[in-house]
Amino acid sequence: MTSAISVSHLNKTYASGFVALKDINLEIRHGEIFALLGPNGAGKTTLIGIICGIVNPTSGSVTVNGHDIIANYRAARSLIGLVPQELSTDMFSSPWTTTSFSRGLFGRPPNPAYLQKVLSELSLWDRKDNKIATLSGGMKRRLMIAKALSHEPRILFLDEPTAGVDVELRKGMWEMVRTLRQSGVTIILTTHYIEEAEQMADRIGVINKGELILVEEKAELMRKLGKKQLTLELREPIAAIPPELAKHKLTLADDGAKLVYTYDTRAERTGITSLIDDLQAAGVRFKDLSTTESSLEDIFVGLVRQQQ
Amino acid sequence: MNLYAIGAIYRFEMARTRRTWMQSIVSPVLSTTLYFVVFGAAIGARMTTIDGVAYGAFIVPGLMMLMLLTQSVSNAAIGIYFPRFSGTIYEVLSAPASAFEIVLGYVGAAASKSIGLGLIILATSALFVPLHIAHPLWMLAFLVLTAVSFSLLGFIIGIWADGIDKLQVVPLLIITPLTFLGGTFYSTSLLPPFWRTVTLFNPLVYLISGFRWSFFELADVNIEVSVAVILLFLAVCMAIVWWIFKTGYRLKT
Ligand SMILES: Nc1ncnc2c1ncn2[C@@H]1O[C@H](COP(=O)(O)OP(=O)(O)OP(=O)(O)O)[C@@H](O)[C@H]1O
Ligand SMILES: [Mg+2]
Repeated sequence: MTSAISVSHLNKTYASGFVALKDINLEIRHGEIFALLGPNGAGKTTLIGIICGIVNPTSGSVTVNGHDIIANYRAARSLIGLVPQELSTDMFSSPWTTTSFSRGLFGRPPNPAYLQKVLSELSLWDRKDNKIATLSGGMKRRLMIAKALSHEPRILFLDEPTAGVDVELRKGMWEMVRTLRQSGVTIILTTHYIEEAEQMADRIGVINKGELILVEEKAELMRKLGKKQLTLELREPIAAIPPELAKHKLTLADDGAKLVYTYDTRAERTGITSLIDDLQAAGVRFKDLSTTESSLEDIFVGLVRQQQ
Repeated sequence: MNLYAIGAIYRFEMARTRRTWMQSIVSPVLSTTLYFVVFGAAIGARMTTIDGVAYGAFIVPGLMMLMLLTQSVSNAAIGIYFPRFSGTIYEVLSAPASAFEIVLGYVGAAASKSIGLGLIILATSALFVPLHIAHPLWMLAFLVLTAVSFSLLGFIIGIWADGIDKLQVVPLLIITPLTFLGGTFYSTSLLPPFWRTVTLFNPLVYLISGFRWSFFELADVNIEVSVAVILLFLAVCMAIVWWIFKTGYRLKT
């Protein structure tokens, strides 16, 4: 069986001479949710742009369900729905007109019942005849999704679907993506949030400076990435870690003014409660505490090093 | 052939006209009326006929051409410039539609609008002057060919323009002067020989002359030459549009 998407030896050099993608090879399986992670400027949008026909590849090839995106662009593109990163909608039309437009553009005969279903699922039905300019940012983003779904695509690209979207809505989108997957749609999403990839994806690809540095099953990757740090700001600096606390993975920082505890968020127990109890018993008092996750940036640096 | 895509783009563009009907229909009709008042009444009172045609009637084909050319260019230019500018073009580029289908949608809509407008102006003119059209079918053929080729030109400008100022420059600084200098309101045969030769380098002279011929059988240049010039112009525009889509010029990076 062919892959949903197969990218082989893909390179992209922009007219400015900037090399945005370097020898990308990637297979997306049918029906999976694939998350593409990477810092700003990594090349995520460029890769999606090429697959969808918006950006010209410099060399290499891409097939969608076995159809070459250039030689057989009609077959390839009619399978794809794209929700771009930028919110760009025609401010003067309405959700109803613009989704009907999208459906027609992708060569599908009108189907009001289907469009009603899509708009309702995205809670836009009661706004269907409003001017798009009067919708909120979150509604516009949902409208972009509705447009992408209007022609019943088998593959859906979501380029940072949850950027600037509140928590409630974000959860709703995740729900929707899962439902789509259940109906057999293959989904490729990009994100900066590890949490998002973790919630959603079956597999994760990490792209950095135009190179795809890793493609892995989510479970495997999360094991590698799921470290968090708890920093305790002490009332009185201490010279050494008291022996009572030796069983915890602690390090001293800031000349003894801070204690740093590293733990695994995915472990059964984080050990924080017992740490705090032990601190109390040892008479170490703290005035403030904060937690940090290693940033995606740090993780990439780690990953790149690991690769070399 | 993705007929639904052509239809979607066409309807979208026509809906835009409905939103902006003041500027796309009312204002051209208003300026035509003004031309009639100023040129027809004021000048026509002194200059009664040109080559046996009443001056008021003589300027009708020229006026129609003036509107047809400027409106075709600006309609089509805005039609494609706006989605480029707002970013909504991504959807058209990612659609399973060929360059031909996309152009047919945009240019077809722009051309239909200006043909409609030309006919409205013709009807408005009939209120002011008695009109007789010697070759109605030729008249329509010229109308359609001109609308289509100048809508193509507008489409090219809309792709080339990287700012709203450039979008207005071509219609304003090129099309309007060339139309005025192309015999809209006079016969080029009234010019001194030197200037008459100069006007032969103005492509619009051929259009206006041919169009006027279809009304009054009066022409500054041979009708066959007029037809040849417009077909040549159409071919050049089509070649440029073909190249734009082949290379993705200003559409794809
Ligand atoms: N048209 C262009 N011309 C030149 N360089 C470009 C162009 N478009 C993008 N780039 C560059 O290519 C690189 C990759 O951009 P891209 O938009 O693919 O990144 P991204 O991974 O989507 O980033 P983000 O997370 O910020 O959306 C960036 O360095 C960007 O500046
Ligand atoms: Mg991006």
